[in-house]
Amino acid sequence: MSTAPVEIQQADTSEEARLDAPWITIVWNDPINLMSYVTYVFQKVFGYPKAKAQKLMLDVHHKGRAVVSSGAREAMERDAEALHGYGLWATVSHDS
Amino acid sequence: MTGIGPGGFPADDDDRIGRNGGDPFGAEGFDASPDHGDDYGDEMAATFHTVPGGASCYFAPAQAGVIRSLVSQVAELISSSDPAESGPGDGPDELEQMLGLSTNAGPSDDPVLARLLPDAYSDDPQAAAEFRRYTEETLRAGKINSAQAVLASLPAEGGEVVLSEPECQQWLRALNDVRLALGTRLGITDENEDLTEDLSVDDPRTAYVWVYQWLAYLQDSLIEALP
Repeated sequence: MSTAPVEIQQADTSEEARLDAPWITIVWNDPINLMSYVTYVFQKVFGYPKAKAQKLMLDVHHKGRAVVSSGAREAMERDAEALHGYGLWATVSHDS
Repeated sequence: MTGIGPGGFPADDDDRIGRNGGDPFGAEGFDASPDHGDDYGDEMAATFHTVPGGASCYFAPAQAGVIRSLVSQVAELISSSDPAESGPGDGPDELEQMLGLSTNAGPSDDPVLARLLPDAYSDDPQAAAEFRRYTEETLRAGKINSAQAVLASLPAEGGEVVLSEPECQQWLRALNDVRLALGTRLGITDENEDLTEDLSVDDPRTAYVWVYQWLAYLQDSLIEALP
């Protein structure tokens, strides 16, 4: 989902590194939303190609939840807000 | 999540409707049922088709009546639970209203509202309340706006409805909100997607389940019809 850094970073537990750790948006499975609709919403909200949107949808469906985006907290809240607008069940949490 | 089979609307539903006297919407207590004849039969399977710039669908009067009624009920539920809509004096701070802030601290006790306006933090009530404070009014307004777009484009008497691409978006959201509301009220789970198997034809919920399934089919056809 995100581009992996080329060089291997040392494990860093400093406060600064913790604050830089990305936040994630999670979409939870629910029995009502249509699979076709969830795929469509992922394409619409994130601009993902259909294949990637479909794979994410299936992750949600089979695993009960999937991380659909990661990054700064404000950006994740915007994603969750957009997903709520479409009726998906989305939450934000710290990726720890 | 749930899927629609390749055949769309379950094949034996026409048969079930036939056995039940041909009126899936007429169960007692179902206030979404408008006056109608026995004319829908095959029209039950209303389907969206792609047209230049959007999508179109033919609705029988009964179908239009059901959709209009359910969409209105969901919009009414959302706006009636809005603290900003309560009268002066007992309402929230005027400045908060002006800034579009919600005074709701948590999700509604009503499971339908809790599903339509969910928490964004599952394990941090304080962050969830803060998120709600800044986003809930916009979320409500968006849902009511979508509902109004459906009511504005779907005549009560039905007929051919041609939607622009932005209208299709609003229809998708509004149909989904209605399905979330109906599905939550019906207690749909992954294990009992087809509740009709457990319900007798006399159970008033049976009619709602048919409508719920029909709306899934309709929504799916709208997604297919979109460019």
